[in-house]
Amino acid sequence: MAGLLEVKQLSMDFGGLRALDRIDLQVNKAEIVALIGPNGAGKSTFFNCLTGIYVPSSGDIYFSRSLNREKERLNGLKPDKITRKGLARTFQNIRLFSQMTVLENVMIGRHCRTKTGIAGAVLQGRSSRLEEKQIVDDSYDILIKVGLENMVNDLAENLPYGAQRRLEIARALATEPALLLLDEPAAGMNPRETTELNELITMIRDQGAAILLIEHDMKLVMNLSDRIYVMDYGKKIAEGNAAEIRHNKLVIRAYLGEEFDA
Amino acid sequence: MDYFFELFLGGMTRGSIYALIALGYTMVYGIIGLINFAHGEIYMIGAFTALIIASVLAVAGMPDFAILALATLAAIVYSAAYGFTIEKIAYRPLRSAPRLSPLISAIGMSIFLQNYVLLAQTSDFMPFPSLIPDFTFMEPYAHIIGSSEIVIFGVTALAMAFLTVLIKFTRIGKAMRATAQDQKMAMLVGININKIISVTFVIGSSLAALGGVLIASYIGQINFYIGFIAGIKAFTGAVLGGIGSIPGAVLGSFILGWTESFATGYISSDYEDVFAFSLLVLILIFRPAGILGRTESKKV
Amino acid sequence: MPGFSEIKKAFLVSLWFIFLTFPLMVIRINPYENLVSYRWANLFLVGGATFFLSLLSDFYQLKKKETALNNIARPRPKFHLHSRFKRPLAALGGLLIILFPFFFSSYQVNIMTTALIYVVLGLGLNIVVGLAGLLDLGYVAFYAVGAYSYALLNYHFGLGFWTVLPVGAGLGALFGILLGFPVLRLRGDYLAIVTLGFGEIIRLILENWNEFSFGPGGIADIPRPSFFGLQMSLTVSTIYVYFLMIAFTFFTVFVVNRLQNSRIGRAWVALREDEIACQAMGIDKTRTKLTAFALGATWAGMMGVMFAAKTTFINPASFTFLESAIILSIVVLGGMGSIAGVIIAALILILLPEYFRAFADYRMLLFGATMVLMMIFRPQGIFPGHRQIYRFSPERGVEK
Repeated sequence: MAGLLEVKQLSMDFGGLRALDRIDLQVNKAEIVALIGPNGAGKSTFFNCLTGIYVPSSGDIYFSRSLNREKERLNGLKPDKITRKGLARTFQNIRLFSQMTVLENVMIGRHCRTKTGIAGAVLQGRSSRLEEKQIVDDSYDILIKVGLENMVNDLAENLPYGAQRRLEIARALATEPALLLLDEPAAGMNPRETTELNELITMIRDQGAAILLIEHDMKLVMNLSDRIYVMDYGKKIAEGNAAEIRHNKLVIRAYLGEEFDA
Repeated sequence: MDYFFELFLGGMTRGSIYALIALGYTMVYGIIGLINFAHGEIYMIGAFTALIIASVLAVAGMPDFAILALATLAAIVYSAAYGFTIEKIAYRPLRSAPRLSPLISAIGMSIFLQNYVLLAQTSDFMPFPSLIPDFTFMEPYAHIIGSSEIVIFGVTALAMAFLTVLIKFTRIGKAMRATAQDQKMAMLVGININKIISVTFVIGSSLAALGGVLIASYIGQINFYIGFIAGIKAFTGAVLGGIGSIPGAVLGSFILGWTESFATGYISSDYEDVFAFSLLVLILIFRPAGILGRTESKKV
Repeated sequence: MPGFSEIKKAFLVSLWFIFLTFPLMVIRINPYENLVSYRWANLFLVGGATFFLSLLSDFYQLKKKETALNNIARPRPKFHLHSRFKRPLAALGGLLIILFPFFFSSYQVNIMTTALIYVVLGLGLNIVVGLAGLLDLGYVAFYAVGAYSYALLNYHFGLGFWTVLPVGAGLGALFGILLGFPVLRLRGDYLAIVTLGFGEIIRLILENWNEFSFGPGGIADIPRPSFFGLQMSLTVSTIYVYFLMIAFTFFTVFVVNRLQNSRIGRAWVALREDEIACQAMGIDKTRTKLTAFALGATWAGMMGVMFAAKTTFINPASFTFLESAIILSIVVLGGMGSIAGVIIAALILILLPEYFRAFADYRMLLFGATMVLMMIFRPQGIFPGHRQIYRFSPERGVEK
């Protein structure tokens, strides 16, 4: 089965340091895939390569928003082009537009799917007024989806932590991604928030988007994921479903250290 | 060939002066990531202080060597004091502000200081006495190289050596390097970063004062505006070499000095400043990290 | 009331500044005649002023802390003009604007026109600095491009004001794009320096390339704006230019206002806040910045044409870095991104030195001090920008 995203032999070097070493990875349609591994394993670097923040040293990234279309090579594209192609992300250390309201944050996400230019903005003809209204309506719908509609007018920086993480997801959803990359979405969340996140991610998947997430909360990962990739020291050391990963020797060693080997 | 050598020496002299100023830019940038726009004004204030003190002492009938020593000392002390005060007033309150805020503050400070000197003294050019004596032992070579040039080269070399030793081998140098790398971490290991930043400004300003005295005595006149142009040029030198790097600042300044000297000598003297500014624009566009600098990697 | 420790601190501060300013403020030299005189009065002036300022800054900081504490308890309601008063006030303002040139001398009208040019320049730069967060220190270069395009096109080809106005705007935009394209990927502070360098290069070329720009002597006898070929006396023409500038100002406010509340304006503000997040949202960083930069340059170009037509004489000295700094301090004082603030700041900064001659000498000193003080005490400006905040209620849709 062909995936939406196919990563082949992806490597990334920083000077002499090899942060990613020939990673293969695939994400299929409407699938939740987790990427786990100890700190410093190269997971975030991998995300940064996928989203165009880094240009990988070698290897290929192929992606297509739907299975009917031919896949395109993403290497070397700028981040905004990659988002336009249907691959959106959230950030490990939240990067909201803190001085803007919740609604406005999501409206920014609609930017790449709308087109009013300078002339349209100044003249405010019928089409640009309609588009502006559409942006607001769509953004509000997304906020309802992630359950932030009560905070629609709050400044992003005044939101509680868990809500900020959800807003990041909402903002990414506004770009209409076919594949959503979540970088530690549950970090800092309490158990109740994590459960809600679990439901949210499942819902996003059920509505058709595939999800690739980096996460340290193993309970969440094991619950959600259709497949799991494990990385350590820039290499992929295992892949499989939750049960397979749980009993994989290499994974246990990577997480718990050598002495547990025996 | 003689003309070439003359231009070469001229470029080297300019380069030395730029280097003395550029060191201050590069040190401050290295440690707090700020383009200290008012640094050129510090240099100008150094030159003015030297001129004023020298005049007072000359009226009092002091011997030449004492005037030279005291005027230079006063220039250094005052420039250092101004640098220290400016950091405290205009930059320290903005340390956690958005990156452009301290830069705007620095631009404001630069304009303020220019006009402060203009109002307190004069807008005219002031003749500056040639403080550097003609050495008798240099006489046989006087047709090749003057005493002033020798002194300028010597002072620049000494300043550079002093700075290298200070940063590489002393406790305070180590603390400066630590602060430059990571302020929070430096604070955690017990470094008083306020003090370190102040020291950086004091050292940078003192070097600028030296440059101010040397160039003023070499060229023979100063006004309130000399700091602006010299400041931008020295900054160009610092960027050219790789801002944040001390040998880079010196190398970049020399390259700039020679570029200016040869370009005005062989092409046209009308466009003297255009060459420097063009070099600045080009280097920032094509190699913002400079010759010896490292590219910054962005953290996500 | 200041306590003992504040007074002691203020005393030490004033001593330090007496030391600091002693050579420059007190000693005055005449190097030609080897004379030295002392101005002791300045010493006490500096001492007294810094003593007072130190107390004032302590007081301010204390108050700031108090209000910060109070604000946590209850947010201060924002000042809003009651809508009942809005119309009469606007009508009164409109009347004043219309009647102004008929009750004041040409001289006054001229000054007001100049101030309005700065208002529009400030609003133009506000797009670049205030909205998009790009520190442009060479803004005056585009102003020069506009002014020289009118002067030269008129000189060589006899083109009139209304023909050159769009040309000047277009050339401003073109120069903005040409410069912006390579440099807008630079970090904020480098961008500032590159634009500064570029501005100086333009000025130096104008100064030295005599065949092209007539050098430092400048170009004289530039015709004033025409009105359907009508002959106008100097007084009438002055009033005409005044009204043109009023129209320009309204036009600019209209455009900037619509832009900042649009999809593009949102993208600018977002870009100012976080570039990386912005790109991850699919916003083309370079293109969005370039739009802001070029738009700002367009306005400067237009104002350049206007300036040349108003003064009828231009030379490179009108386009120095200080001019850029003045426009920047207007934006800083008014509050980045604030239309009303920029208008008020421009009027204050340009009119004050004109009407209070005592200020004139200290003009640039005050501009410099303004920039420093605003950054430290009130970075949002005297009149912070009320960017339209979208208030949403599900039943009624968006409210503005």
